[in-house]
Amino acid sequence: MASLKEMRNRIGSVKATQKITKAMQMVAAAKLRKAQDAAQNARPYAQRMASVISNLAAGVSGDGAPKLLVGTGSDRRHLVVVATSDRGLAGGFNSSIVRAARERLNALVAEGKDVRVLVVGRKARDQLRRHFGDRYVGVYEAGGNPSLSVAEEVSTKIRELFEAGEVDVVSLIFSRFKSVVSQQPTVLQLIPAQVADGGAPLDLKGAAYEYEPDEAAILEELLPRNITTQVFSAMLENQAGFFAAQMTAMDNATRNAGDMIAGLTLKYNRQRQAQITKELIEIISGAEAL
Amino acid sequence: MADKLHFSLVSPERELFAGLVDQVDAPGSEGDFGVLANHAPFMTTLKEGPVRVYNNGQVTTYEVRGGFADVTPEGLTILAEHAVEAA
Repeated sequence: MASLKEMRNRIGSVKATQKITKAMQMVAAAKLRKAQDAAQNARPYAQRMASVISNLAAGVSGDGAPKLLVGTGSDRRHLVVVATSDRGLAGGFNSSIVRAARERLNALVAEGKDVRVLVVGRKARDQLRRHFGDRYVGVYEAGGNPSLSVAEEVSTKIRELFEAGEVDVVSLIFSRFKSVVSQQPTVLQLIPAQVADGGAPLDLKGAAYEYEPDEAAILEELLPRNITTQVFSAMLENQAGFFAAQMTAMDNATRNAGDMIAGLTLKYNRQRQAQITKELIEIISGAEAL
Repeated sequence: MADKLHFSLVSPERELFAGLVDQVDAPGSEGDFGVLANHAPFMTTLKEGPVRVYNNGQVTTYEVRGGFADVTPEGLTILAEHAVEAA
């Protein structure tokens, strides 16, 4: 049985921990709002980009099509880009991304593919290092706020590898922000570009599209930018998901600390009462003996 | 009054402008161009320069760098790598 003083210390330490988790929860909630706005604001650009590319892709085909769009015709060498956050304390947020990544990597390795890994975010770097560390071709930090410059660095590295003919297929693993309570690890193929079926082609009212310069040249410029955009929006989604997960995790931690304090306080009071009773009995029986 | 043109200017971070305007001038990579309502479908890459938006006699200028413009019967969309409203 712990002494009363030990129990007092214990309660004090749980209270201090609760204060910290409470503060972290509130900070995460505030940052979540900002990250959510950022992710939402970036969506129009990504959507327009996708629709423009699917318009263009419909017009370009055959040998003249850019490699970024149609691929190299082989799928032997894979590059997997894994994006997580830099920090932890967010429940299962990073582990679920890493688990999805590990499953995919193991599956590719089992198929006998040549697999390389590019990690964005410290958590991915640390958690994948043991099994796939020798396959790393690039390590980046996600940084505090997702910035376009990091996304550009990553996308430049991807393109360099692709253009040097070192990889055939590039996919990106990140966590899609569905709602505050749900983040879904997602695998997205970057190269060859996945062209969404844009449904019915745009009604041009009989007029022909004019391109300046020509279609191929525009695509040539657009596709690299599209990779940057997708990496960037993955980072934004990650950031929003991270804060949502952290908020939930810290909310749970605060509640658990509260339960623990209640339990400990009850035990402490009982023990204190028992001690008082025992002392009283001692005094009374001492007095009676006189 | 002539028809209005639906114009939206978006950068990777956010949508800077969306709405109906009279005319937009933009710096195409092969020459500056102006777009009015009911323009023929047209797509071009952009070079660095100002995008001028004319609406009810007022002009708003945005500085854009890198990107492209897409004119469809629905309107004009400019996707700019970097865009800021000029002071």
